[in-house]
Amino acid sequence: MSRPSTSAHGHVLPLWVYFAVFLALLGGTLLTSWVATIDLGRMNDLVALAIAGTKAALVILYFMHVRYGTKLIWIFSLAGFVWLVIFFVLIMADYETRLPVAGWGG
Amino acid sequence: MSSATETAPARPATLAHQFESHEQQSLAAALGMWAFLVQEVMFFGGLFTVYLVYRTLHPAAFLEGSAHLPVDLGTLNTAVLIGSSLTMALAVRCGQLARGKSAAFFIAATMALALVFLGVKSVEYGHKWHDALVPGLRWAPSPEADPHLNLFYALYFVMTGCHALHMLVGLVLMVFVARKAWRGGYTSANNVGLECLGLYWHFVDLVWIFLFPLLYLLGRHGPHP
Repeated sequence: MSRPSTSAHGHVLPLWVYFAVFLALLGGTLLTSWVATIDLGRMNDLVALAIAGTKAALVILYFMHVRYGTKLIWIFSLAGFVWLVIFFVLIMADYETRLPVAGWGG
Repeated sequence: MSSATETAPARPATLAHQFESHEQQSLAAALGMWAFLVQEVMFFGGLFTVYLVYRTLHPAAFLEGSAHLPVDLGTLNTAVLIGSSLTMALAVRCGQLARGKSAAFFIAATMALALVFLGVKSVEYGHKWHDALVPGLRWAPSPEADPHLNLFYALYFVMTGCHALHMLVGLVLMVFVARKAWRGGYTSANNVGLECLGLYWHFVDLVWIFLFPLLYLLGRHGPHP
């Protein structure tokens, strides 16, 4: 992994990186707004989340400099999202497998 | 052999005593900030989990509620917030290059964009108040509305409200960091405060990147107008 470094210890990215990420984020926003007008059934959610996930990755890697961070920063930043996914999976494994109980609505 | 106090080089005032170098100090600060942000991920993660569960249980109510939200204002606000992330990233870059006044300028631009976002948001809240779609305070949806519509709107207000609260906190912090940057308080060796503010602001942007499709875009197609 190359480090575009200029200062004593920082990682000063060239300006074009920030503008390229900005344009990609704007493009992703317009794309997700447009795709939402097409009825893809269940796929709408997956496409929207895939676009949002890509945008989030761009923000984390470049705006938040994680790409040029130490391994410890990588572990910390990944841990939150990995645990969140575990949380979602276990919660939904519960809700999706519950049997209806007599007297309870829904 | 002279004592350590005589031979030790002069310590920069910006370097806290427990650190050996500015680099170590910056890494510790970034790591601490990330530990805080992971905790924030868990905070918003709880809200996203509530969203996930109730949407699975009442999908029609979420489609209907989402169809009432203004997609154009939501898209505009997303673009505004992304713009504020860009200006914040540029402010941090200026801090790295010890260009304090430019950093202060970019923080001011970030604050302006944040105020635009909150202004648009308050217009949206005003519309919901006018339409009596505020659960608990002013709630009178049309009689044909889904009986669980209040779940969507309660989540809408709590999630966007917590997000807006984070923006307000960011705005207050920006006042102090911009002032310090303007006075030349950040050098290329020491810009910890500015970097941490940047991380915080990008996190606020991250939350919105997920809130926007999950709240605004569900109802753009499908049975509801």
